[in-house]
Amino acid sequence: MIIKINLLFFGQAADITGKASWNFSGITNTLELNEKLIENFPGLQTIKYSIAVNRKIVRENTILNNEDTVAILPPFSGG
Amino acid sequence: MKRTDKYQRYQRQILLKEFGTAGQEKLSVARILVVGAGGLGCPALQYLAAAGVGTIGIVDFDVIDVSNLPRQILYTEEDIGKPKAETAAKKLKSLNPGIEIKTYNIKLDNQNAIEIIPGYDIVIDGSDNFSTRYLINDACVLCNKPLVYGAVLRFEGQVGVFNLTTEQTKTKTNYRDLFPEPPDPSSTLSCSEAGVLGVLPGIIGILQATETIKIITGIGKPLADSIISFNALNNQFYECSIPASVDSHRQMPKNIKEFLKFNYEWFCGASSVNNEISVQEFDALRSAGKITIIDVREQGELPEVNEFLFIHIPLSRFKESVAEISTKNKIVVFCQSGIRSRQAVKILNEVSGEYDAYSLKGGIIEWKELQENISV
Repeated sequence: MIIKINLLFFGQAADITGKASWNFSGITNTLELNEKLIENFPGLQTIKYSIAVNRKIVRENTILNNEDTVAILPPFSGG
Repeated sequence: MKRTDKYQRYQRQILLKEFGTAGQEKLSVARILVVGAGGLGCPALQYLAAAGVGTIGIVDFDVIDVSNLPRQILYTEEDIGKPKAETAAKKLKSLNPGIEIKTYNIKLDNQNAIEIIPGYDIVIDGSDNFSTRYLINDACVLCNKPLVYGAVLRFEGQVGVFNLTTEQTKTKTNYRDLFPEPPDPSSTLSCSEAGVLGVLPGIIGILQATETIKIITGIGKPLADSIISFNALNNQFYECSIPASVDSHRQMPKNIKEFLKFNYEWFCGASSVNNEISVQEFDALRSAGKITIIDVREQGELPEVNEFLFIHIPLSRFKESVAEISTKNKIVVFCQSGIRSRQAVKILNEVSGEYDAYSLKGGIIEWKELQENISV
């Protein structure tokens, strides 16, 4: 079965991709996700972002399962 | 204020059974520090003052500008050009004369942060730049104060509570667990560049005030160890939890002494600072004298250098040995090709804002080549 990952883009990541949400299939972990993100949206290379898998921030490479939701969260500082 | 007046004023919230007179009493002895009396600070301050928070501190060095008025709703046209901290205090005092307001018309820095923050119970981050955000975060961690974080950009905002232990969460997380390192300044946008919808900081600032009141009174479940991201365009609230990570804290000052020396502006703008010098500039500096030269290569690396005096501190133990370097001179760091020396300069600047340190571009190899060309 090819797994499907739902993506949510926030802040500048939404600006760069031009989308608030998107989906990828055929990737199995967050490292692969990052590669695929940059392949599809090269502009993401220019910013820093944190990744949340199913509403939890992850730092290390994390296994992704079918229908997982991954959020791309860049920092912003306005006040 | 008499007890009956007090009851009348706060009657609606005292009526809440979770809140009651005990909750009101907790608010009246609470001390809250708001850093930044701008888009986030104004609504947060207004609601905290109105709710009867006993002591409110306001830190802001800025003056009111006409472009602030669409979202910094404490200020009016007559206030343009006046200092924000004092103007906000005046408005809040007329809103609620029964509370105490302290103003700090200063730019928050390492020294004053560590003097001011211990006098408060909770800190609200309403700042507008990364260096202040990291500074406030680290100061709150070291002073052991809960931090209510908020940030906005365009149509989006984030709110979260850091450094708070609750029954649900046994660990404490902080801003560095969410964003371990600041972004490259060339890649980020501030509200003055990217814009922000005026109501956005209103929504986020009020959420910050709400979380603060919840923490003080012990009502409900505070947003500890998590953030909420709100998007006004599609009305979506996205909550995610933040696990504590040892890795994220590696760059954080470990104690007050380290904190006082940490250069936040440099940490947040490293790439925009030019801290490399060419081999020609290096020679000019050497002949002018008064420089300290450091070799960060490991023991025994070639080529050997006999042409000038230097200190040898390998990069592998550079961080531990930095304290040994006490000099007011310009520091030039070199390695083989100029890569490790850049890291060393970064470490020097993180340890202290007082070092005037440069990395030799192209390293000792390029310098040796230059000498050969000169001698030929």
